[in-house]
Amino acid sequence: MTDTGSRTYVSYLDHQGRFKGIFSWLLSTDHKKIGLMYLNAVIVFFFVAVILGLLMRIELLAPGRTIMGPQTYNGMFTIHGVIMVFIIVIPALPAVFGNFFLPILIGAKDVAFPRLNLFSFYLYILGAILGVLSQFAGSGPPDTGWTFYVPYSAQSATNVIYALTAAFILGFSSILTGLNFIVTIHRMRAPGMTWFKMPLFPWALYATAWIQVLATPIIGITLLMVIAERVLNIGFFDPALGGDPVLFQHLFWIYSHPAVYIMVLPAMGIVSEIFPTFSQKPVFGYGAIVFSSLAIAFVGSFVWGHHMFTSGMSYWARWFFSFTTFIVAVPSAIKVFNWISTMYGGSIDLKPPLLYAIGFIFLFMIGGFTGLTLGSLASNIQVHGTSYVVAHFHYIIFGGMGFAFFAGIHYWFPKMFGKMYNFTIANISWVLVFVGFNVFYFPQFIIGFQGMPRRSFDYLPQFQTGEVISSIGSMVLVAGLFLMVINLFRAVYKGDPAPANPWKGVTLEWQIPSPPEHENFETIPEIKNKPYFFGNTSTN
Amino acid sequence: MDIPLPAFIPDNLINKDHMNNETHISSYSSLAIVLIILLLLTMISVTVTGFHLGPFAVAAALIIASIKVASVITYFMHVKFESLFMKLMISGVFVIFALIIIITFIDYLLR
Repeated sequence: MTDTGSRTYVSYLDHQGRFKGIFSWLLSTDHKKIGLMYLNAVIVFFFVAVILGLLMRIELLAPGRTIMGPQTYNGMFTIHGVIMVFIIVIPALPAVFGNFFLPILIGAKDVAFPRLNLFSFYLYILGAILGVLSQFAGSGPPDTGWTFYVPYSAQSATNVIYALTAAFILGFSSILTGLNFIVTIHRMRAPGMTWFKMPLFPWALYATAWIQVLATPIIGITLLMVIAERVLNIGFFDPALGGDPVLFQHLFWIYSHPAVYIMVLPAMGIVSEIFPTFSQKPVFGYGAIVFSSLAIAFVGSFVWGHHMFTSGMSYWARWFFSFTTFIVAVPSAIKVFNWISTMYGGSIDLKPPLLYAIGFIFLFMIGGFTGLTLGSLASNIQVHGTSYVVAHFHYIIFGGMGFAFFAGIHYWFPKMFGKMYNFTIANISWVLVFVGFNVFYFPQFIIGFQGMPRRSFDYLPQFQTGEVISSIGSMVLVAGLFLMVINLFRAVYKGDPAPANPWKGVTLEWQIPSPPEHENFETIPEIKNKPYFFGNTSTN
Repeated sequence: MDIPLPAFIPDNLINKDHMNNETHISSYSSLAIVLIILLLLTMISVTVTGFHLGPFAVAAALIIASIKVASVITYFMHVKFESLFMKLMISGVFVIFALIIIITFIDYLLR
């Protein structure tokens, strides 16, 4: 029981439905409990992949064999990639924050299909366990890299089928979540919440959900085709069987590049919520941010070929994909302009969520600018297959999605758990994560430009300085991550009670108690104002 | 499960036409006609594989498959009776998917 002063209510954390104890969680269809179950799973698998990454950094402290051989290293970077991409980065933001906050932000009591939501979670768990098992079971960890390029993935004697099946199952989970969100947003907005009175995080989830529904089936079928090729010797992609390996790359990237936007669009949605709150002024260019989200989702569906400039595509195709790659930078830049303009002249409160959000802009911009080097046909040839790509990728994915995730958890933590965390420790962990991240990845740009190949357990002595600096940075980064998690876990059990609106936010989640009650709202709100209306918080 | 009923849906957002089974559900005869057309198109797509169309074999298969998909969505999934907004969104999905396929195969033709 929680007493808000005006009334007594049972928070969703204490609510018991038909089932008691642990089953009140495992069989719950409450979107908030499902969101928290996703959060726990994401944290567990994230640290599994972090440990694999740390082991790779230790291996790269010196040329030659340090703590593992080439085959083990190949397995390490493959499973690190599979876990991070398919289990963490793609699903995490919609599954954790989307599930928890989408219904609240649009004034609904739950998602449109609560049971389907729970089913998606168990599909996710099944796929995630299978992905991790592929590292340990059968004939050794898969060694193809997370991209599963054919013909190698059709021929490798390792557990490729486990990893392919895991990614296939995870894809189904993603499709069902996307479908659920589309229907929820179309059908369940509170009375008065027209499309353009909807907050920006639901808008970002909406654009993301369409990519999830439209693009994910393509990768699902493609991975099944590789399994069929391995098991039944049907020649889709393997030239030895009459197939075409470039077709695999087309089909793989038709999904996997838009998947970058599945990762980044919700991240942009989260920081779009944070900047107005911590600047205490309406978001600058609401419409521009909405339409740039939709533009990114649309144009981002036509840039996949920039991953294949050296794969033997036609000149026309390379020209086309280079052009669209430059075009898709425009809506991203519009968003950055709007976020900075939102802060300009605002009453800025530099709390941990805003620090992470500002970190997001800084790192995402570096990732974006270095992406232009890769999107340009001539310079792509120089840096393709080098650690430059690794650095660019991590600046976009970790610097973008990762920092937005950290921003989101620090922003919504008081609402999710009804507790406050220690700001000083949160600030220290931000410094460690931010500094560690840059010390880790920035040298990879430099040695990549000098020719350091990616996915190699060994290297020439001239790259050692850069690799050692990177490894030191990785350890600082991991120390910051552990400190952050310890701070938040401690707050769950020992934190001070959180007020309903600790940040003076104006969107709907801040108008209900912390933590929310089982069905979110005592009465469904009627929306009268545009979002981010700071004039009168009680009516927004 | 602890939520026995679907969550709140405002009355003004419910498509009431869709809840009335007598207003637009297709007749059995029209569904049977669509079924026969689908079977005929399946036979045609099998037959076409016997002709040596070269790079256009895939295009022929995709065109026939697209007609079949459109028939299923229009009649079996009742999109024919949906609002113009919904029809436009579904058409948009078709256009995006068609563009992706066309771009991929143009690369093949020009390689």
